Amino acid sequence: MSDDIIRLSASELGERLAAHEISAVEATQASLDRIAAVDGGVNAFLHVATDAALTAARDIDRRRGSGEKLGPLAGVPIAVKDVLVTTDMPTTAGSRILEGWVPPYDATSVRLVREAGLIPIGKTNMDEFAMGSSTEHSAYGPTHNPWALDRIPGGSGGGSAAAVAAFEAPIALGSDTGGSIRQPAHVTGTVGVKPTYGAVSRYGAIAMASSLDQIGPVSRTVLDSALLHDIIGKHDHHDSTSLRDRWPSMAEAVRTADVSGMRIGVIRQLDGEGFQQGVLDRFHESLALLEKAGAEIVEVNTPNFEYAISAYYLIMPAEASSNLAKFDSVRFGLRVTPEGGGTVEDVMAATREAGFGAEVKRRIILGTYALSAGYYDAYYGSAQKVRTLVQRDFNAAFAQVDVVASPTAPTTAFKLGEKSDDPMAMYLNDIATIPANLAGVPGISLPAGLAAEDGLPVGIQFVAPARADERLYTVGGALEKLLEAEWGGRLLDQAPDLTQLIAAQEGAR
Amino acid sequence: MSGISAEQVAHIANLARIDLSPEEIATLTAELDQIVDSVAKVTEVATPDVPATSHPIPLENVFRDDVVGETLTVEQALAGAPDHDGSRFRVSAILGEEQ
Repeated sequence: MSDDIIRLSASELGERLAAHEISAVEATQASLDRIAAVDGGVNAFLHVATDAALTAARDIDRRRGSGEKLGPLAGVPIAVKDVLVTTDMPTTAGSRILEGWVPPYDATSVRLVREAGLIPIGKTNMDEFAMGSSTEHSAYGPTHNPWALDRIPGGSGGGSAAAVAAFEAPIALGSDTGGSIRQPAHVTGTVGVKPTYGAVSRYGAIAMASSLDQIGPVSRTVLDSALLHDIIGKHDHHDSTSLRDRWPSMAEAVRTADVSGMRIGVIRQLDGEGFQQGVLDRFHESLALLEKAGAEIVEVNTPNFEYAISAYYLIMPAEASSNLAKFDSVRFGLRVTPEGGGTVEDVMAATREAGFGAEVKRRIILGTYALSAGYYDAYYGSAQKVRTLVQRDFNAAFAQVDVVASPTAPTTAFKLGEKSDDPMAMYLNDIATIPANLAGVPGISLPAGLAAEDGLPVGIQFVAPARADERLYTVGGALEKLLEAEWGGRLLDQAPDLTQLIAAQEGAR
Repeated sequence: MSGISAEQVAHIANLARIDLSPEEIATLTAELDQIVDSVAKVTEVATPDVPATSHPIPLENVFRDDVVGETLTVEQALAGAPDHDGSRFRVSAILGEEQ
């Protein structure tokens, strides 16, 4: 029974809960049992909130029992990326400097999912302060890809993606600064959406790069992401960049998805050199399916995307170096006093030396350099101009097409450790996802199949104009239906048995 | 090469308040040089006629009414502090002897 529960999508589980066929306590216990069974091998969770989750679940069951009308996901367990602050769970953002910190308030996105009746069951692993593409920069050890435990789950939100792919939770919250929702979705055979910048409040999200960060859904189906998007996509006066738009229902866009007449632009610069053959093969098969369903596929040209990674690796560290100044050993987190004492600045420098990992230091130093006198115009100033050029490329493309498409990342999941000594090689993972963050436009990654050469998942990415998030759900919902008809089920049905993988790994030790 | 020196990295680390070890400074000097060389490519297309974008979705005049909203209590604000005296954060000396 509990094995059946964990394999239900969030929307399916929500329907069974509403029909009183499953209780919220049973659903929560099923997730907790699965975490207990497999997370020793996956390491998706930094904290599991057993008691708080069961208490919240009992409350939902009581309210439903008394006839209260609840939302479509009430009683559904949800995993929360540890970048979001939570009052009843420690929040570390994957860093030693925040080890054990329990924040005094909830992030707005967390408050909204609680109000919608979802059950937060724990906090998921991530690269420290969301800096990375593999979770290897977490201070608490890497997360393992449920498809192959020696491979990366993507990053920075590898924990949320792996939790969903490992059936530990049906749905999760993530954050995406340069691809941290979409690239983990690509390598784990799951769905992830970065909404339009400002569509979801960033209040209570521990900031890396404030002009790039965006909170979004992580799930196993496009409909589940849409349902969560509908819950968290609200104006919030706590975030001055929060949009006041009235949004259409994303779930409705999935349910009525029809791509006939839709114009889809294939980004020439992200379709060839540098991309693994199996990734390109699945990408083109997906496009062919959409074309057969009535979409029109055309090529679009985005000449300035070539400069996007460079601009990103100046803007992001510049903003991060400022944002991380708050970790000063005064108000929260670690304090390390140097031998023999010292001034508050000595304590600060010793604390930050001890509390930050190598990648965080690298980006703070790079960002401080890019912002320093004499280099500001050449580096940060030029990067901001490239940002304009990338926006213009998108504008030109969206004058011709409704959405643009590309593979989500150049390769399938690589092995843990393979790129950890080469920062530039690691940064190139984000080549296809970064342009959307620079331009503030929304993007989705959904499973496109398995690469022939390694049997690992491949994602396809769609990007829509700012504020046209519902187009992602139209094209994503339609493609998911077409692909699942070909596969005879969901892609994750083809994943290896995780308990056997873990047993084999333990046997090999 | 952009020619970043170990002295420069040590100076930046001081500005960023990170007490890096000599080994970390050596590693970061080499890495920073490689990264800066690579990202300096932005200067190729950032011509004077291109305006800078600091914010992806332009917004203007985000106001709210000037009323006191929800705030943290003193206890909540101090709850995560490494050291406090019940009403204030406690830190070590602000000024060193040479100041």
